[in-house]
Amino acid sequence: MADRLTLTIDGRQVSVPPGTTVLAAARLLGINIPTLCHLADLTPEGACRVCLVEADGVRGLAAACTLPAAAGMVVRTNTAAIREARALVVELLLANHPADCNACQRNLDCELQRLAADLGVRAVRFRGERRRYQPDDANPFIVRDNEKCVLCGRCVRVCKEVQVCNVLDWTERGFASKVTPAFDTALDGSACVFCGTCVSACPTGALAAKPLYEAGRPDKKVRTTCPFCGVGCNFDLNVKDGQVVGVTSDETSAVNGRLLCVKGRFGIDYVHSPDRLTAPLVKKDGAFVETSWDEALGLVAARLAGIKAAHGPDAIAALSSARCTNEENYLLQKFMRAVVGTNNIDHCART
Amino acid sequence: MAGLATSFGSGAMTNSIGEIPDNKVMFVIGANPPEAHPVIGAKMRQALKRGARLIVADPRKTELAAAAHVWLRLRPGTDVALINGLLNIIIENSWHDDAFIAECTTGFAAVAAVAAQYPPDRVERITGVPAPLLRQAAEMYATAERAAIFYTLGITEHTCGTDNVMSLANLAMLTGNVGKPAAGVNPLRGQNNVQGACDMGALPNFLPGYQQLKWPDVRQKFATAWEAAVPDKPGYTLPDMFDAAVRGDLKAMFIMGEDPVLSDADAHHVRKGLESLDFLVCQNLFLTETAKLADVVLPAASFAEKDGTFTTTERRIQRVRQAIAPIGGSRPDWRIICDLAARLGYPLTYGSPEEIMAEIAALTPVYAGVSYPRLAAAGLQWPVPSAGHPGTPYLHENGKFACGLGYFQPIEYEPPAEVPDADYPFLLTTGRILYHYNVSTHRRAARLTAHRPEEKIMVHPADAARLGLADGAAAAVASRRGRVRAKAQVTDAVPPGVVWMSFHFPATPTNEITSGAYDKVTKTYEYKVCAVKIEAAP
Ligand code: FES
Repeated sequence: MADRLTLTIDGRQVSVPPGTTVLAAARLLGINIPTLCHLADLTPEGACRVCLVEADGVRGLAAACTLPAAAGMVVRTNTAAIREARALVVELLLANHPADCNACQRNLDCELQRLAADLGVRAVRFRGERRRYQPDDANPFIVRDNEKCVLCGRCVRVCKEVQVCNVLDWTERGFASKVTPAFDTALDGSACVFCGTCVSACPTGALAAKPLYEAGRPDKKVRTTCPFCGVGCNFDLNVKDGQVVGVTSDETSAVNGRLLCVKGRFGIDYVHSPDRLTAPLVKKDGAFVETSWDEALGLVAARLAGIKAAHGPDAIAALSSARCTNEENYLLQKFMRAVVGTNNIDHCART
Repeated sequence: MAGLATSFGSGAMTNSIGEIPDNKVMFVIGANPPEAHPVIGAKMRQALKRGARLIVADPRKTELAAAAHVWLRLRPGTDVALINGLLNIIIENSWHDDAFIAECTTGFAAVAAVAAQYPPDRVERITGVPAPLLRQAAEMYATAERAAIFYTLGITEHTCGTDNVMSLANLAMLTGNVGKPAAGVNPLRGQNNVQGACDMGALPNFLPGYQQLKWPDVRQKFATAWEAAVPDKPGYTLPDMFDAAVRGDLKAMFIMGEDPVLSDADAHHVRKGLESLDFLVCQNLFLTETAKLADVVLPAASFAEKDGTFTTTERRIQRVRQAIAPIGGSRPDWRIICDLAARLGYPLTYGSPEEIMAEIAALTPVYAGVSYPRLAAAGLQWPVPSAGHPGTPYLHENGKFACGLGYFQPIEYEPPAEVPDADYPFLLTTGRILYHYNVSTHRRAARLTAHRPEEKIMVHPADAARLGLADGAAAAVASRRGRVRAKAQVTDAVPPGVVWMSFHFPATPTNEITSGAYDKVTKTYEYKVCAVKIEAAP
């Protein structure tokens, strides 16, 4: 088998390895084909038909996300027929979707909205019976609203292929088709471990992280490293009005991709716990009183200096922390060795 | 850490998390990744989906134990006997890798002699694992083209923790499973930056990058850079500190970011040590149980409020980025240390954590090529010996160990320090659950707490019936050191005679009852095994 094959997309040639899809080949050329059910880190399914293209020798329109590139293939991605067909697909999805976008957490951050805008779908001509379901929000982490689901199946594939818990799956068929845990139960009480990876894959507001659902649109996202276990997942802290309001993940993180666990995705609220200390405390007559940094640091320095003078540096010890950064651990051992003059430094978890 | 450092010359995960989905054979011992390292758990499930074979050694029927091709349900604390048994079977069947042993290792003969003392029937008597299962596990691991070992606290939190780790190193070297992808010996670090705290020399006998304190040229290098003498006497380890405080030799402690009263074994001894001090300073986000004993508490900023780096279990140095301003009057730990140093007459004038990292890189060979711009996209896995070096996904390539040759260490089985008896007839082992993190999320992380508000003691149905304990009923668990209460969870996930608890809940301070015995080398407490009695609590 040749190790590369050449095809033509919108009049431009591109060489790709066998097995490449037309979608991937087009992206190499910088040609944008809209998608909905496709995610680069999941098995392509060709379910939504938003990515339709024309290819010589292929009857009708084909889904670019599953169509394998072939040698000599000639593909068109942007004809009037294609635009019309894609718009129809999106219009049908909207016809079966709640219309009150303003009330949705994903408003202005919704792939369905963006597709409709990109494809010029403004009016929905068909307004028939719409699916009606109760949202599942009886847990602290995830809101699942089947009415907003576009049946792209990304959450089902994420749950099967990435998190490999097989909790979310299809139930019923046709108009009644929907995604649920086994036996159409709520998430709480199913085998779900609330990793929330399905939330990261959902194109609409059908699966939402409760903290973000409640907070509204964040002002910024800051990529950082999770403070819990030693895996070191990366994620984005979502910040609004100077507060961390939630956590999002995507496939670009080196170690974890879009995977996180319930702690990383939903446990960061400890940062804003009302129990956080906000001023130095000094114990006076057995009770803590708040004080200034100046007084607190002055007291610590004076006592440490006094104990060192009276008993020598080895009468002082420090415990460093696996919770602190490398730079802070480095500084504390430097402080103990170079400033206090002892090797009495250890950290709490020797594991 | 000490065990792997002795055998391989480097105490870290030899391989990478990204290799896990491609693993062919995984041997998971004393680890429960789906709960303690959930993303590694997911990658292991991906490997299983792709046809990997799984061997699990665990007294508890964990998710992975239930999914394993071979589940070795050993008695807690008998790991060394189990591993020696595997060595025995592998050598008897000539499944070992003669070429690797000859070219890359030393000390094999002594290990073979010890292994010969552990025939399957003896190992069955010690561990409770049926001999045919041992044979299956040995064959699956040893005859695989490549196989990887994963372990965590279940292996290290024993009086024989170092022995356990060196035994696993023996097993990997015997079969040539080191120095290639999807193989190796992989300790999974429990906390986000344990690896980094060790790397940075927050250890009484090492300077940053595992440079030995005892080497004069190392001390000289740091003394020159720091313009201060570096003392040559090794310091106290953590358990030594509390002993020294009780004796009156230690007068003051500075505790940054930790809560040893809740997190360390034998809480009474820890508390007594801290109460014996003349002066205690704690620097923390919260008024922890430990901080309540302090004379001064300094409010620290959280990871979201500062810049820096963490080093993960796979040796990956990654950025921590400031997202919000420090809450209230709190300050980042690094600033507090700088300010304190200045008041003691030693100005530390870093403008940012990036400048501190530049100093670390200059003094630490395994971090030499690290700089913030290079960490931006995906971090770097140490060793990173130079600015152009791409980092190191797996260690000891082609069997070239960091210490030259890999050292086989003959290890004999020793029973745990405390075993059940008539007064304390149950064996308690401890671990982590999915929904909490150490002692720090309960109550403070509101959503996790709402979902999992309290401790549950796992008790086997037969034991529960004898004790008259119903599922969900209040129970009291007592050891020679203390007594705690929690609800019973009646489940056959634990074998008869064994009970299991986590240590996440201040209302059930499990470490009031765990053992203060610790490993003779690393001074890691034996959290994993102690004798207890249980009764229904009114
Ligand atoms: S994106 Fe191709 S069919 Fe959905």
